[in-house]
Formats: sequence, C-alpha cells, structure tokens
Amino acid sequence: MKGLLILSGLGIIAMLAEIFRFKKLLLPLVLLGIVGAYALNFMEWKNGMSISYFDNMIGFDKIAIAFSGIILATAFFWFILANDYFDNQNTVVDHVSLVLFALVGALMLTSFKNMTTLFLGIEIMSIPLYVLASSNKNNLKSNEAGFKYLIMGSFASGFLLFGIALIYGAVGSFDMAVITQHIADNSGSLPMFFYVGVMMMLIAMCFKVSAAPFHFWAPDVYQGSPTLITALMSTVVKTAAFAAFLRLFLIGFAGISLTWTGTLAGVVALSLIIANFSAAMQSNVKRMLAYSSISHAAFMLMVILANIRSNLSIDAILYYSLAYSIGSIAAFGIVHNVTRNGNEEISAFNGLAKRNPVLALCMTIAMLSLAGIPVTSGFFAKYFVFTTMIGTGYKWLLILAVLTSAVGAYYYLKVIIAMYFKQNETEEAIEIKSSNSFVIAVTSIIVIAIGIVPGIVAEMFKF
Amino acid sequence: MLTLSLIGFPLLAAVLVLFMKGNSARNAALGFSVIEFALAIAAYFCHHSDPNCAMLSSNYAWVASLGINFSVGIDSLSLLMVLLTAFLVPLIILSSFSNSYENAHSFYGLILFMQMALVGVFVANDGFLFYVFWELALIPIYFICLLWGGENRGQITFKFFVYTLLGSLFMLVGLIYLYNHTGADGSKSWAIQELYDAGKSLSEKQQGTVFWLIFIAFAIKMPIFPFHTWQPDTYVNAPTQGTMLLSGIMLKMGTFGAIKWLLPMVPMGLEQWGGTAITLSVIGVVYASCIAIVQKDYKRLIAYSSIAHVGLISAGILSLTQQGIQGAMMQMLAHGVNVVGLFLIADILLRHTGTREIEKLGGIRNMNGNFAVLFLIVLLGAVALPLTNGFIGEFLLINGVYQFSPWLAAFAGLSVILGAVYMLRSYQGIMLGEKKDSHGAFGSLASTDKTVLIIVCIAIIAFGVYPKPLNDLAEEGVKVIISNLK
Repeated sequence: MKGLLILSGLGIIAMLAEIFRFKKLLLPLVLLGIVGAYALNFMEWKNGMSISYFDNMIGFDKIAIAFSGIILATAFFWFILANDYFDNQNTVVDHVSLVLFALVGALMLTSFKNMTTLFLGIEIMSIPLYVLASSNKNNLKSNEAGFKYLIMGSFASGFLLFGIALIYGAVGSFDMAVITQHIADNSGSLPMFFYVGVMMMLIAMCFKVSAAPFHFWAPDVYQGSPTLITALMSTVVKTAAFAAFLRLFLIGFAGISLTWTGTLAGVVALSLIIANFSAAMQSNVKRMLAYSSISHAAFMLMVILANIRSNLSIDAILYYSLAYSIGSIAAFGIVHNVTRNGNEEISAFNGLAKRNPVLALCMTIAMLSLAGIPVTSGFFAKYFVFTTMIGTGYKWLLILAVLTSAVGAYYYLKVIIAMYFKQNETEEAIEIKSSNSFVIAVTSIIVIAIGIVPGIVAEMFKF
Repeated sequence: MLTLSLIGFPLLAAVLVLFMKGNSARNAALGFSVIEFALAIAAYFCHHSDPNCAMLSSNYAWVASLGINFSVGIDSLSLLMVLLTAFLVPLIILSSFSNSYENAHSFYGLILFMQMALVGVFVANDGFLFYVFWELALIPIYFICLLWGGENRGQITFKFFVYTLLGSLFMLVGLIYLYNHTGADGSKSWAIQELYDAGKSLSEKQQGTVFWLIFIAFAIKMPIFPFHTWQPDTYVNAPTQGTMLLSGIMLKMGTFGAIKWLLPMVPMGLEQWGGTAITLSVIGVVYASCIAIVQKDYKRLIAYSSIAHVGLISAGILSLTQQGIQGAMMQMLAHGVNVVGLFLIADILLRHTGTREIEKLGGIRNMNGNFAVLFLIVLLGAVALPLTNGFIGEFLLINGVYQFSPWLAAFAGLSVILGAVYMLRSYQGIMLGEKKDSHGAFGSLASTDKTVLIIVCIAIIAFGVYPKPLNDLAEEGVKVIISNLK
C-alpha cells in the first residue's frame, strides 16, 4: 500500500519538476522512489500483513504484493532503459508523470477488493497509456495507435461498466467478498442478467489482456507506439491486467466457473491459433512481438482455465509474468536500439552478429526464452503451464498449445537467422548507451539465472 | 563426482575455448576432448571394479519443491554411450583440422558445449534433467548447422529445429503426465524409478497415450519413417562435423532414450502399439535402403543409409527381447564409429575432387591406394561383414526381431542385402574403374584425416574381433531393463 502512495506522490512531484527546475534530478528521483516502493512492498510481504484500506476498497494480500513486486521491478528496468527516450523530448516531465500514474493504476489492479477500484485502476492505467501511445506527435502511425487504443479501450471500458452494473443489480454490492459470498449462497438461483454481467466483464478483461478475438487493436498499437511505450504495454500493463483477471475470475467468480470456462477455452484456442500464425507472417518486429504477446496471454489464460484453486496456478501465472516481463524488457530494449534508424523490419537485424555480437547474443537469449527453450526462464514458465494443465479436462487445448509453440519457434528463429545468417549493407557497429546496455545485459542474465534456478522464484512466491 | 566432471569439464572447456583465437582454439578443443576421453576411460574402470561405485553417481536438489533433482549416474548402458561420445568427439574435432572455419573459437566452443549436453542426456537419472539436456543439445547443433552449413541452410536447419522441438514438446507433456501420477504418498518426484512406477500404474489406454507422446520425440530424433523428412537435407547441408555429431551421437539420444526412458515406463502401451511402431521402423529400413541405392550424392547416400540402420536399431529395441535391445546397443556403438568414418570420407572426396557425385568420380584407387584400403575397411564395417564391429550388432538385432515376428525379420534382413548393394556400388563407382575427366588428380591425404581414418579402422576391426568388453556391458545393462519391463 505504501508503494502505491509513494508512486502517486512521485507522479505529482514529477509534474512540478518543470516549474521548480529540477528536471535533471527527476530520473534519479523516480528510480529512488521505485526502489523505495519496492522495499516497502517487500517489508509488507515479510510481515505477512493483509490489511484492507478505505473501507475494504483496496487490500494488499500476498498475491497483490507479489504482482506489485514484479511490476515495480519491471518498471525499474524500464525507467533506466527509457532514459534517452525522455532526453529527446521537451516534454519529459509530462511523460514521466504519465508513466508513473499508469503504474499507480497497475498497482491498483493487483489489489482491488471492490468493483469500483477495479474500474478506477483500469482507467488510471489506460488513460496515460492512450496519451503515451501517441506521444510521437509527428508520426502518423503513433497518432493512429493512440487514437485506436483510445476508441477500442473506451469500448471495452463500456463493457466492463455494463457488466459491473448488471452484477450490482443482482447482488446489491460492489464488494468482491460480498459478491463471492452471494454466489456461494445462491448458486442456482442467480438471475440471468448476473451471468450476462460476468460474460461482459470477461469480454472487457480479454480485451485488456489482448486475447483473440478482442486483439485487433494490439498489433497496430504496438507497432505505432514508440518502442519503449510498447515495452511498457507488453510488460507492466499485461502483468497488471492478468493480476486483475486472476483476482476477478479465479477468486471472485470461481463459484460459477462453469459459465465462463467454456468461453475462455474458446478464447484461448483462438488466441493460440491466430496469434502464432499471424506472427509467423509478420515482417515488422514490433508487430511480430505484438502477436507473440497475444500468444503468451493465451498461455497465461490457460492457467486461469486450469483453475486448480491452489497456489499452483497462481504460482504459475506469477512466474510466467515475471519471465515474460523480464524477457520482453530485454527484447524491446534491443529492438529499440537496433531500429533507431526507423527501419523496424526484421531485416534491420540482418548481420547483427557481426555488428554487435553481444547484442546479438542477448537477443538470442531473449528469443529462446520467449520460445520456451531450456534453460531460459521462458521454458520454466511453459513448464509450469503444462503442469497445471495436464490432468484437467482440456487435453485438446494442451495439444493445440504444443503445436502452436512449434509455430512460435518459427518466428523467433527468424530473428536469430537474420542476425547470424543474413548480410547487411552496413557493417557499422551499433552504438549503445551504457544505461541501455546495462539493462539489456542484466535482464538477459536474469532470464538465464531464473531459468537455471527457478527454485529462487518458487521459494519467493511461497504463500 | 566423476559423472559430474564428465558433464562439467566440456562446459568449462567450451567457455575457455570461446576466449581463444583461431588455431589455438582448435588445438585446445582437441586437447580438452582427449582429456574428456581419459575421464570416460576412468569411469569405465571405476564401473569395472565396482558397478555401484560411489564416484559415478551424484544427486543434488535442484528445485526441491517440485521434486526436481540434479541426479546423474552411470550404469552399464549410459557408460557405453558416454564412451562413444568421448571417443567420437576428439575424432570429430581432429577431422576438422583440414578445413578452416571462420570464427573457429565459436565453432569448437559449440562442439564442446554439445558434448556437455549429450553426456548429460546419457547420464541423467531425473526425468526433468533428461529433458533439459535433451533440449540443450539442440541449440549448439542448430547454430553449428546455421552458421557453417551449406547453401539453403537457413530453411533447412529451421525445419530441423521446429521438427525436433515439436517432438520434444510432446515428450515433455508425456513426462509431466507421468510426473503428475508419481508420489502416491503425497510428494511428487521426477526420479526415474518413480516415473517407471507411475507409468506402470496407469491403465492400458493411458499407457498407450503416453507411449505415443514420448515415442514421437525419439522417432523424430532417430529418425524413423515417416518422421524422417528433415534428416537427409539437414545431414547434407550441415558442415561435416555437424553431420558427424548429428548422426554419430545425437541420433543415439533417440535410441538410447527409447531404451531407458520409454520401455520400462509403459510396458502395456508397448504391448498395444509396439507392433505398429516396429512395422514403421521396418518400412523405414526398406524404404531408406531403396532410396539410398538411387542417390547420386555420396553424402546423401550415407544419410539414407543412416535412416536404414537406425530403423533396424529401433525395431530391435521395440522387439523387447534381450537380443534385440543388446544388438541395438552394439549397433549404436558400431554405427557411431562407422558413420563418422563415412562422412569424413565424403568430406575428403569433396575437398580433393570438388564433387561428391558418384557418377562424376572414378578410379581413385589407382591414385591413392592407402585411402582405398581405409575406405574399404570403413565400408565393410558399415555393411556389417563378420569380424567388423557392425556384425555382432546386426546379427543380434535380426535375431531379436525374428523372435518378435519372422516376417518382419525377413524384411529387416533385406536391409543387409540392400546395404551391401548401395555401399559396394558406391565404392565401385568412386574408387574403381578409370579416372573420369570430371575431377582432377587425387593427392595424398592430410595427416589429420589419415589419423582419424586409421583410428576409425582400428576401432572397427578391434571391436569386430573382440567385442566382449562392450558386449558384456550391454548385456548387463539390458538385463536390468528387461527385468524392469515386468
């Protein structure tokens, strides 16, 4: 909770930086603040506190703290990476505070206890992102991305609100605990519109995690937004949306799982197929990574579907989010540096092994991790998903996941082949800022490290 | 400890080699691989003096909460495979001395890294560890083929990677399925014995499913018909050393995996589907032999002959008889040695004459008699003439398949005849007759090539005349497997 307060405070301070002229100090201050928030977060975990605030509107239990930890850690790396993105703009201050407010929304999503907080969290997170997506003002694609994201996002918010309203109508409360209790007490006698409400919320959440068939915004927005904002979207936003998804369905609506699991299974199957086959056909790296993020979303949704109401599935999602976020930060960091000249095609990676061998190695690690090859963290993430899925009734989904994973290997390898095998016209070395190479190196090492000793993470998330 | 160092040493060596340059990387890699061979010999004597030698097994907790252990150990069967690996890698490295590769340090580093993964696959006693090493072996060979392969390597290596990855993922699902059935007392485990027990407790139908999930990975790796389509192109396009690694050692991951990680796990599944799988294997034998006969490119011919050999090995394994499995082990060793010799010969032909097309070659015997003799010995080993190393394995294999079904054995026996046909015909075409205009003079062999071929020939004859030490090991190991089948 204290982490949430610190971030909100930071956001406000950031807005004052312009007036009081401490722009130069802003980034160190933000990093310090995030470390502080992380430390406080960690303390709460240590003490095993689970206190509700504001009349049970928001509460940091272990799940919330674990997800917040992942989000804060990712954000820390992101801010170091984004150092030069802010440099180039004369609107640094606005951007920093927008990102900070998006983080506040993300933390709210991990910890909501009430439907209104859920809605607030989603909006606080999304609205800054609409602006950030179009922050490259002179670029048509970026404007398109922001606009598309806004329109589609508002549409989904409409669904969410309608769903919440219907559920309120049936239960008479916004409180998650009350709703869960109500489901338990009245199973079988809930009105039809309650189920409709649940389905509407499912649709809205599927939109937020960009699962097919509600994924159409993702490729355009990922491609159009500045690369670093894309990185933010595919890590922090995704993790937060999954935390909310998990809390809403695995905990809140678990009692009526029969109504939504069928639909969700369909969503997962569609996402796996559409995402992997579309990704295989992309020539733009960011678009490819957008589709790849859809397929990863499908994997995480599979865990929710497996619905073993034990820590196993929560552990699996936590590990998956961590592995995916760290791997994505590495990948997007590299994409950001390689595509500086504006060429975002996979061909921009041609001959990277010659131009910058270390960068090529890091990209290889990131790609192998996303493809789920041992001993990277991506493999363990996949392994956890498989362990939760085997033994449930969704054997066909599992087989589909295996088949589409092989398709997945195809497009990740395309990048590796380009780096090591294809020639580039320019042989000039790629210069990278030390801050960027620091982040890329550290995240690559983490990808391997938590792949070799996943026990660390498993112990960390022991509930 | 010894087993750990067998895995750890190549890894360390790989890292060291990465920091060297050009020829020193090459020489260092050779030195390291010879030391590794010495370690393997030490393991042999350790096992010889006491099969339960404490030096040979180690067990550390890896992810304790999930029952994953870093558990490795050497028994008779894995000892054979470790010996084969440690024997072949120095030869493979030595055989590369007459080619000069760009970025030599990465090339040799990857070979040593691959050795680490291969040894890991053979000694792993934990299902999860086995899978991790199994996948790790794929990465170095992928890069070896991608970076130093022939034309079109992008597409071909890519097909190879995706194909084998798909197989492995199915295996992972199968293994997790077994894992989920372990630990009736509450704590699940990946230990091999627990997986055996879990597999046996399944119903017949479940065992059948698990059989296919796991078998498909091995079938793709070997490869057996109809999962073989990646193989010929990959073998032909990979650099010679890559092909040697693929066919000499990596192929054995599949056959060895089937013996250790499939047979004792799902006996009822085998009863149900074994017949189908053997039939596929035997079809592969005949099919590949027929295709080999009409091949023009010598390297491609060897690639198809490899499919034929491995089909017979797989049939022997699935026959579930002592002779069949023991023969498979012996044949795996023999095939590993012979195929390295054959691929080196293909490479020598290409380097000396600029072509591997059998029709364009001829009369080389007159130009280089020594080469002709060495070639002939390797070839006789490959067609399994008595007193060469291929004989005992092939004999036991056909014996084993005969016990399963005389009809299948008759077809499998065809492979011996067909093998002789394509091997001798190719020898005739390349070495005998008159010199063709399509290629230049064939000079004397480079000393390193000669050394490798001589070592291979000595191994072929030595283990053809006196196979007892290896055969005893195979017999002992297979007895354990057979006793586990019940």
